[in-house]
Amino acid sequence: MEYAEILHRCFRCGYCKLPSSYQDLNCPSYLKFRFETYSPGGRMWLLREWLDGGIKTSERFQEILYSCTACGNCVEHCIFPKFKADLLNAFTAGRVELVDRGVLPRLVSRYFKAIYNYGNPYKLLKEERGKWAEGLDIEIYKDHEHLFYVGCAGSHDERGQKMTRAVASLMKRLDVSFGILGADEICDGNEVRVMGEEGLFEHLAKQNIETFQKAGVNKIITLSPHAYHAMKNYYPFFGGSFQVLHYTQILAGLIGKAGFTMPSKPLKVTFHDPCYLGRHNNDYFTPRVVLGAIPGVEIVEMDRSKVDSLCCGGGGGNFFTDILGGGPDSSSRVRAREAAETGAEVLAVACPKCAKMLDDAIKAEDMEEKLRVMDSAEILIERLVQANEENETATSVSR
Amino acid sequence: MKDVYQQLVSIVGPAYASNHPEERFFYSRDGGTMEPREPDFVVMPKTTDEVQQIMKLANEREIPVVPMGGGLVLSGLSRPLKGGIVLDMKRMNRILEVNETSRYVVVEAGASQGMLQAYLKKHHPKLKHSVPDAPPIATIAGNVLIHGSGHLSAMGGFHTDMLNGLEVVLPTGEMVRIGSCSTSPYWFSRFPLPDLSGLFLGWAGTTGVATKIAIKLYPNRPFNDVIIFVTEDPEIVPDVIHRLSGVAVAEDILAWMTPKPVWAHGFQMLNVNYGADSRRELTLKRDLLRESVSKYIDEKVGGFMPLPPDMKKRFLEAPASTLAVFADVNKGGGFEYVGGIMPIELFPEAYRKGLEVASKHAVTYSLGARIIGLGHCMMFFYAYAFNRADEADVKRAQQALEDTNGMVLEMGGIPWKAEAPAQKQIINKMHPPTYELMNRIRAVLDPKGIMNPGNWEVS
Ligand SMILES: Cc1cc2nc3c(=O)[nH]c(=O)nc-3n(C[C@H](O)[C@H](O)[C@H](O)COP(=O)(O)OP(=O)(O)OC[C@H]3O[C@@H](n4cnc5c(N)ncnc54)[C@H](O)[C@@H]3O)c2cc1C
Ligand code: SF4
Ligand code: SF4
Repeated sequence: MEYAEILHRCFRCGYCKLPSSYQDLNCPSYLKFRFETYSPGGRMWLLREWLDGGIKTSERFQEILYSCTACGNCVEHCIFPKFKADLLNAFTAGRVELVDRGVLPRLVSRYFKAIYNYGNPYKLLKEERGKWAEGLDIEIYKDHEHLFYVGCAGSHDERGQKMTRAVASLMKRLDVSFGILGADEICDGNEVRVMGEEGLFEHLAKQNIETFQKAGVNKIITLSPHAYHAMKNYYPFFGGSFQVLHYTQILAGLIGKAGFTMPSKPLKVTFHDPCYLGRHNNDYFTPRVVLGAIPGVEIVEMDRSKVDSLCCGGGGGNFFTDILGGGPDSSSRVRAREAAETGAEVLAVACPKCAKMLDDAIKAEDMEEKLRVMDSAEILIERLVQANEENETATSVSR
Repeated sequence: MKDVYQQLVSIVGPAYASNHPEERFFYSRDGGTMEPREPDFVVMPKTTDEVQQIMKLANEREIPVVPMGGGLVLSGLSRPLKGGIVLDMKRMNRILEVNETSRYVVVEAGASQGMLQAYLKKHHPKLKHSVPDAPPIATIAGNVLIHGSGHLSAMGGFHTDMLNGLEVVLPTGEMVRIGSCSTSPYWFSRFPLPDLSGLFLGWAGTTGVATKIAIKLYPNRPFNDVIIFVTEDPEIVPDVIHRLSGVAVAEDILAWMTPKPVWAHGFQMLNVNYGADSRRELTLKRDLLRESVSKYIDEKVGGFMPLPPDMKKRFLEAPASTLAVFADVNKGGGFEYVGGIMPIELFPEAYRKGLEVASKHAVTYSLGARIIGLGHCMMFFYAYAFNRADEADVKRAQQALEDTNGMVLEMGGIPWKAEAPAQKQIINKMHPPTYELMNRIRAVLDPKGIMNPGNWEVS
């Protein structure tokens, strides 16, 4: 197994379970299951013992490996500078080993099979892929400046589609030149990669690269930070070098200049950093710039933000497999409670998976009355509508 | 055993009881050198009532029970030497009450050092507790129950000295309250009642399961600084400590002696941390500390080291996270230390002998001492790194630790949080009626001998 040589170096000190403030558990799987075995240190020690043959592959062991959401908190907070960067790589390598040995949890094999057969985990036919765009007058990519790559959750999940439509509409309104692949878009493969199916990831990456290159794409805007991560950091290994931007990175430069009229009522917003934009790609700034550029929006930070952000629990394939599972200690629900504590009305997100996970968590916590999950484009569009309404009322009153 | 598992599941719920090989493997060992011992079950209670039910079941079925907090003691004290149940207490982690005026906090036994630290910082920024340098997931209870020490020990003594009260579940399942909380709604002190807390302190979990604990809090001062006294002459160190601690302004005094970095080799460094409510007070305190050892500065046998800002920042950090990194000096993932509690005057001997042991066993070492109280005693530590992947190296460290325990006892010190074999060494040296009394007490509290058996035993 790759990275096997670092496994014995874990001191099981547990810094990796926590954020910088030490205030609470910040590894989603440890937070949920609470046995040491589900912590990053637990994974290190178990993987070593498993490779040495001391423990056998079991459902429990698989659950331990696949309930890791690949959030990167351990990489950020492990205090051993010489190997911390490879912690998550070691867990991924462990999953690669499970794939190689052909001993996978059923949910995981199903996920891989669906992607292999359908190009998405929802087992939907390719004709469904671009349906979110119906009625929005969005063009298929031709010679636009950017390809807008939407991804599986943004294309097929109901909550994800809402966000996609908002982002696409806003980009149109801001005159961003973009087109989509529609039915020709397939999964970016990021989750497949972290879940250990290297071969399938390579297949997806190469297929995507070929499609992009054939269409003459140079610049890609992704909806999902997961796709952003894969395309920016892994596609170059397969010959796919594109300029990849997360959609907030496009919006950041445009919203401020657009001169939108906003409603008078201020809006208190707290921002949930997506792991693949934040910890994995070190961009904590841009989404806050976008929110900050929306007139009237006041950003309040949660205790755990930026490098200390608590993952929504949807990474590492858990969005689909749900091996991490729900309950009051699931990180999405803990996160929703944390967001509510700030007094914000809106929990802002920048990832369709976070949107869905946190939306569901707010429902489970019965907090729909006081907290809503929205992405920055949804916020902006809603505020434009409100501003219009205010304007109309003012006009009719003055008449 | 299957029915025991079912009963445990019915007490804590299926998600929090395990007899899986994965948990049995992980909970059979800690980060130190002691050999693994497998539990049959790992259980994570949420309430005192659940702990009581577990203890009643264990007592009835004569199943060993080993309480565990962070499991960070390094000397293998939460390994189940005779199998049975490991009680991972960390789900019981609520902070129950902070009394700002009388400066105390009541927490559940699984609350971690880090969690309390963050909670105080956010909700009671003028208060702090004495933070040990253990990783922040270590529990308050696990640390106090073993007589830990930390960043306020020069001011407040051992962490046990800062204990105000306990709630404990006895091995037979009854719950008792110790200290003022037994008689009053307040957890202000262990006194003036007969002090029963001694029945549970220093016993390595062999007399009961603490479920709640109250500790003293101290002013968190806005201005903080550290100065470092350096000398090459270990003989003067006891007097230097005596003088520095006697000024009674230091919060923490910590000596450290390491072969690396190279510039530190051969020196004895004494970090003195102190805080103040104003800059003027800070300067005054610094001057008082400097003045107390001016004799040695004038004689040019010691002095204060200039400190670059990043180094100062590191020395002001609580817990000092860089300490744990010692485990990776040889890319080996492990270290363990003997903490010898001893009088200050033994410093030169303790230091010399530490170097001898390290050299004899060719182990990578780091030595140091935390001063307890106003120089009332010290915890002299001998830390040895080892490579976990190299069995011979682990054995070598283990041997060095064993020799060190013997050496500490011979000098007149006592190993702290001693490994099971070192406990035997202590018992061999102990006044026999004392050990007899320990056994009589244990027989009363734990008639079936189920609490962390194998500890504080001769055979
Ligand atoms: C890098 C490093 C630095 C350290 N620095 C310090 C330091 O500065 N000061 C210091 O004091 N220690 C230090 N330690 C030692 C140790 O980690 C701490 O004392 C720690 O606080 C122990 O707490 P724990 O929760 O990990 O206890 P554990 O190791 O889980 O338990 C310790 C003992 O207490 C018993 N126990 C635990 N919880 C209960 C309970 N609820 N009821 C009954 N018995 C119980 C256990 O059975 C065991 O015998 C350090 C350790 C490391 C690794
Ligand atoms: S992964 Fe790093 S921080 Fe976590 S337990 Fe291991 S050594 Fe400690
Ligand atoms: S990546 Fe996140 S979920 Fe996975 S072990 Fe690290 S902290 Fe836990």
